[in-house]
Amino acid sequence: MRTKPTVPRLLFRQAGKKLRWSRIALYAGLAIMALPFVMPTWWMMISSFKTVNELLAFPPTIWPNTPTIEAYIQAFTFQPFARQYFNSLYIAAIVTITTMITSSLAGYAFARIRFRGQNVLFLIVLTGMLVPTEVTIIPLFQMFNSLGLINTHWPLILVTAIGAPSVLATFIMRQFFIALPVELEEAARLDGLGRTAIWWKIAMPLAKSALAAVAIFTFLHVWNLYLEPTVYLSSPELFTLPQALTRFTDAYSGPMWNVQMAAATMTAVPVLIVFVFAQRQFVEGLAQSGLKG
Amino acid sequence: MSLIDKVSPARETTRAGERGPKRAPFLTSRRRDALTGYAFITPQLLGIVGFVLFPLALVFYYSFNEWNVLAGTFKSVGGANYEKLLADPQLPSVLAATTVFSICLVGINIPLALLLAVLLNRQGKGITVFRTIFFSPVVVSVVAWTLVWGFMLQDNGGINGILQTFGITGPNWLRTGPTAMAAVVTTYVFKNVGLNMVLFLAALQGVPSELYEAAKVDGATRWVLLRRITLPLISPTLLLTIIITIVGSLQAFAQIAVLTQGGPGLSTTVLVYYVFQQAFEFHHFGYGSTLSLLLFVIVLVLTVVQWQMRKKWVFHEN
Repeated sequence: MRTKPTVPRLLFRQAGKKLRWSRIALYAGLAIMALPFVMPTWWMMISSFKTVNELLAFPPTIWPNTPTIEAYIQAFTFQPFARQYFNSLYIAAIVTITTMITSSLAGYAFARIRFRGQNVLFLIVLTGMLVPTEVTIIPLFQMFNSLGLINTHWPLILVTAIGAPSVLATFIMRQFFIALPVELEEAARLDGLGRTAIWWKIAMPLAKSALAAVAIFTFLHVWNLYLEPTVYLSSPELFTLPQALTRFTDAYSGPMWNVQMAAATMTAVPVLIVFVFAQRQFVEGLAQSGLKG
Repeated sequence: MSLIDKVSPARETTRAGERGPKRAPFLTSRRRDALTGYAFITPQLLGIVGFVLFPLALVFYYSFNEWNVLAGTFKSVGGANYEKLLADPQLPSVLAATTVFSICLVGINIPLALLLAVLLNRQGKGITVFRTIFFSPVVVSVVAWTLVWGFMLQDNGGINGILQTFGITGPNWLRTGPTAMAAVVTTYVFKNVGLNMVLFLAALQGVPSELYEAAKVDGATRWVLLRRITLPLISPTLLLTIIITIVGSLQAFAQIAVLTQGGPGLSTTVLVYYVFQQAFEFHHFGYGSTLSLLLFVIVLVLTVVQWQMRKKWVFHEN
């Protein structure tokens, strides 16, 4: 942030000019740097409306010559894409809601309630941060295999909602509740409210910002899962979106680019739109997870 | 940004019942409170025990066995998997690829994130738009993002098309070792650099402006300001982001599976992808578990380093 330099009147105009030029240079530099951040998404959307012939035309076209929604129609006929979309949505919704509840329960208890063995139990929970899912994917596969739950959504839902990925959420909720003044709860306590009622009626409404952060990074995490569904799921009608995106291939297992781009657009753009409208929550939520992850 | 990582004992919030002569009800309310506490942490604790600690123990157990899923055999082999690990002719190149991947990622991601944060650490309408742009790939689905890059990086794809218009014949990016690695790194950096940028922005906003004012009065140049004031003051964030970025890079599975499948040759086969291949493509669950343990040890060491640093570097602003 610049402070206005105190300069004699004569020089003031020049200083103003110089400022403006440096600002123009800054914006120009930023605009060039922004290209690789914007281009891929643009390319994805544009390519999804191109005909197959135009897809790999030399030189590439920046706008489709004959826009077509053929690829979008194919995406739904080639795979049960609507079903897969629904799978991703409902798994993300269940996991997000479950994580919000279990992590705020655990976070609240660790922050507010005294019970024996508290610190040891909290350390046990924190070990979840030390063990990425990638490390335990083999035994997890075997465990669910012996339970007959392979090729169902259960492993995805259970492990993500209360396993290692949820620890971060509990940690963030605990941090929040530690910082929350206790006076409100004490007043409620004197009014004869029990713990559960206080948690639900007093603490939770106050924790909206922390809950939003937890919801956002949990949702994105689930939406992005790729290794787990690849390991657990084999039937196309059970696939989640990331898995489905990679399966749009022709008979020679060459990718059907326009269909892939159409499916990728449908996967990415809704989240981007939500992001643009709820930027602050997104940035804060993800920064929180980044800081503590 | 004060991070409390000491496990601090929870506050005493039960004041009810502390006054008044009756002790018995107070005890029961304490006990009921404790029971509520246990009930509250049960789902999370079950998840950790069932889906983290128990599988971790199983990884250890499996690593001493050879398990052929196809043949249905499971037998104890002692330390054979560990001997195999030490003698595995592919492991050195896998570890090399993992190291190169992590180092390149940190070497590009961190300076770029810092540069963007410094440039965007000011007011203005346009600035907000740029922040949004640089952050936006973070919320794009990993597989979607990677697919687009794969599409653009083909031999006859968009990037070579653009180069062609300038009269440059681009390489077949994903088909030669060094450029394939560069492609994976690039794809990953542009996807995630926004996250580090935001962390740096938060850190920069915590630097008191009086320091800059004072230094400017002394006639310090921008470079000196950066070197002598900004970098030292945001060093905790710097160290944190470096570790976070390395640990994150060790978990980069989707990018590699989608873009290169570990190829060409072994040039982009990083450890996590190698684990996946050994276990779920070649069905070597025993050996895959041994490799998983190796991955775990690396992550563990890095995380412990991170925690130690955090302890040392946390500033409490209040």
